[in-house]
Amino acid sequence: MTAEQATASPAGSAWRDAWRPFWRRFRRNRAAVAGLIILAAIALIAAGADVLRPGDPFRLAGQPFAPPFGAFLFGTDSLGRDVAAGMVHGARTSLLIGLVATVAAVLLGTLIGGVAGYYGGWLDDLLMRVTEIFQTIPFFIFAILLVAILKPSIGSIVFAIAIVSWPGVARLVRGEFLSLRGREYVQASIVMGMPDARVIFLQILPNALSPIIVTGSLMIATAILTESALAFLGLSDPNVMSWGFQIGSGRTHLRTAWWVCTFPGLAIVLTALAINLVGEGLNDALNPRLRDR
Amino acid sequence: MSEQAPILRIEGLHVRLPAGADRAFAVEDANLELHANETLCVVGESGSGKSLTARAVLGLLPKPHVVASAGRIDFAGRDLLQLDADGLRKVRGAEIAMVFQEPMTALNPLMTVGAQIEEVLDVHGALKPRERRSRVLALLEDVHLPDPERIARAYPHQISGGQRQRAMIAMALILEPKLLIADEPTTALDVTTQAQILKLVRELQRKRGTAVMFITHDFGVVADIADRVAVMRHGRVVETGTAESVLTRPAHPYTRALIAAVPPLAPPERPPAQHAPDCLAVRHLHKSFHVGGAWTGGRGKVVQAVRDVSFRLARGETLGIVGESGSGKSTVARCLVRLINADEGEISLGDVDLRALSARELRPVRRRIQMVFQDPYGSLNPRYRVGRIVAEGPIVNGTPVERAYARARELLELVGLDARAADRFPHEFSGGQRQRIGIARALALDPEVLVADEPVSALDVSVQAQVLELLASVRDRLQLSIVFITHDLRVAAQVCDWIAVMQRGEVVEYGRTSSVFESPRHAYTRELLESIPGRNWSLGAARSNFSDGAHPATS
Repeated sequence: MTAEQATASPAGSAWRDAWRPFWRRFRRNRAAVAGLIILAAIALIAAGADVLRPGDPFRLAGQPFAPPFGAFLFGTDSLGRDVAAGMVHGARTSLLIGLVATVAAVLLGTLIGGVAGYYGGWLDDLLMRVTEIFQTIPFFIFAILLVAILKPSIGSIVFAIAIVSWPGVARLVRGEFLSLRGREYVQASIVMGMPDARVIFLQILPNALSPIIVTGSLMIATAILTESALAFLGLSDPNVMSWGFQIGSGRTHLRTAWWVCTFPGLAIVLTALAINLVGEGLNDALNPRLRDR
Repeated sequence: MSEQAPILRIEGLHVRLPAGADRAFAVEDANLELHANETLCVVGESGSGKSLTARAVLGLLPKPHVVASAGRIDFAGRDLLQLDADGLRKVRGAEIAMVFQEPMTALNPLMTVGAQIEEVLDVHGALKPRERRSRVLALLEDVHLPDPERIARAYPHQISGGQRQRAMIAMALILEPKLLIADEPTTALDVTTQAQILKLVRELQRKRGTAVMFITHDFGVVADIADRVAVMRHGRVVETGTAESVLTRPAHPYTRALIAAVPPLAPPERPPAQHAPDCLAVRHLHKSFHVGGAWTGGRGKVVQAVRDVSFRLARGETLGIVGESGSGKSTVARCLVRLINADEGEISLGDVDLRALSARELRPVRRRIQMVFQDPYGSLNPRYRVGRIVAEGPIVNGTPVERAYARARELLELVGLDARAADRFPHEFSGGQRQRIGIARALALDPEVLVADEPVSALDVSVQAQVLELLASVRDRLQLSIVFITHDLRVAAQVCDWIAVMQRGEVVEYGRTSSVFESPRHAYTRELLESIPGRNWSLGAARSNFSDGAHPATS
């Protein structure tokens, strides 16, 4: 561990050296910067939910079906719950589930793909066949199945989304590792007697990070959509407000009270769009083939 | 050469690079002349602008960033730079043809060789369809391809690299162009194949009176093929003249330095070994690869990459393993450092048999045998600073971090870099400097044996000479034993005490460098030696240098 401590300072400034040109390239993509601003605004709203709309979002705040832009910004639903309050608190759920599920999926996928790509041979065959089994099951039906078996809760939804999302990451990471392990600097590390874990995490992984970050950023949007879709079908934590739940509960009144579904729906669209724009921007900034064009 | 007007006259050619490149012009004020029935070699190191000069002639510059901004290229009474796309298309192929370096990527993998050559005729509307086929076959015969019927029906991947290059030449010559531009056409080929292709180009040129513009970095090739030579450096033509005068009486200091950097063929005098004990002994090494997937249950093909290889190496000596691509020399190197596991045999490093060790037992022993890699761009992790790259090995092996970094700085100075290089990233260094860093990294573990796999093959000749000198000096200073893998016999002659010649996985000849070079016993060794480009010129030069008392490698 002493090695890590001593090299922390050069690594730290190396990171700063890498950051500046990265930001310069990212900034060049206007749409990505716009996406980042939208995303930051949504995150701020989610963080300040208790200040913006204090109290329980499930609380009956007024008359049912109050139209928007009156007493309530986005109106109320069939039970008189404030739609805006639900959206503000739902933002928390969506972002949290999107982030946690994606991080879990990326970690699992990186580990499995990395081991398969680095060691190769029968281990690679085995892990890739397992990955393919996961990939053959339609991912949304698989997620419904998992949540239905485990009882809907925040934990089970995160688990289900992570389980259906990791195979893509695993395949990507395996490909990167397969090509990077043949590089001479990796071979030099092996020849100098470096333990496998150190080769994998300190030599190969830093060089495979760019595509992983890009894929991960785009996966957050998919995870949020999956969560909303599950909630729409009633497979959500009954004690937690979410955008998908709002749309699900308002869908029967779509013709009489359009606002109950529309505003949470727009929130989902906006968030997914912002994340995709940022992901594209990351891809441009991190992909060496597009650099300095 | 003759009083006739030249076929090609390049006057004051400037090729502009986009803003932000390391210099404003890739080619600056280049003047060249080429007559019919003459071979002009344009020679220079990487980045000298030799390839762009050739491409400018055919209008193949990577537009719109790189353009010929000034000058004229007169060919058969026209200025090629003024021609529009249509005009150029008529000239290309019909009057000027080009042969590229990489025969695999220059041919379309989805078309048979015959169809590709016929296509040239079709595009230029030459001959009737019925006549085309016989013309193609006649030409394939002319470039000495065996069984032209079969080659014409074959796809590019079904024939060898040398055959592909012959097919490329046939394709270039089918419309009987007045000018053939060959851009490093033999660089990707093995030395014996290279010798055959050079002979073919010379023969066809004599027979057809074609003017040839031959781009190369190799003075040996120049000596074999050139009538006239133009030396380029940093985009400028620094010297032109007949081959004879440039090679034997170079006027420009840069030409002199380049020629001096070409390793002479005669092995230098080295004091005979003082019977040092063996440091590394390899006995009956075997390695085969199974080609084919895991699901075919081992029914795939088996390739014997290394067959019964044995050699021994004393402390402070260098063994050269030479051979062409596919001879198994790199597989031997990788077996030695256990990047791959040999199937059978013994690799004794001092008193340990490396092959018998388990992964766990091997780790502490690894530091005793280190490797220097070929690719100066791929062998250093781009994410880390040079200091860390060099210090990492000792740290992994338990040296305190402070001391490892201090040692890294010392080593960087030992290999001829500044200690401050430790704080910079690999991409800030040139190819030769990176190779020095790679050597410092290998030395950081105080190994007994250094395995160098083509350590200078990716470098320009002048840099190559410096890196070879560095390897020799660290060997003598640290009493290292070096296993030197190379395809270049000139290099092997300079640095090796012993030579093992490999062919198809076997060592066909093994002996002292001087005896292998002076009296080769195996037919394959003789063929290799005769294929060295510029062999006669070098042997002549060695004699004349001897009388001057100057040693080219030390200049």
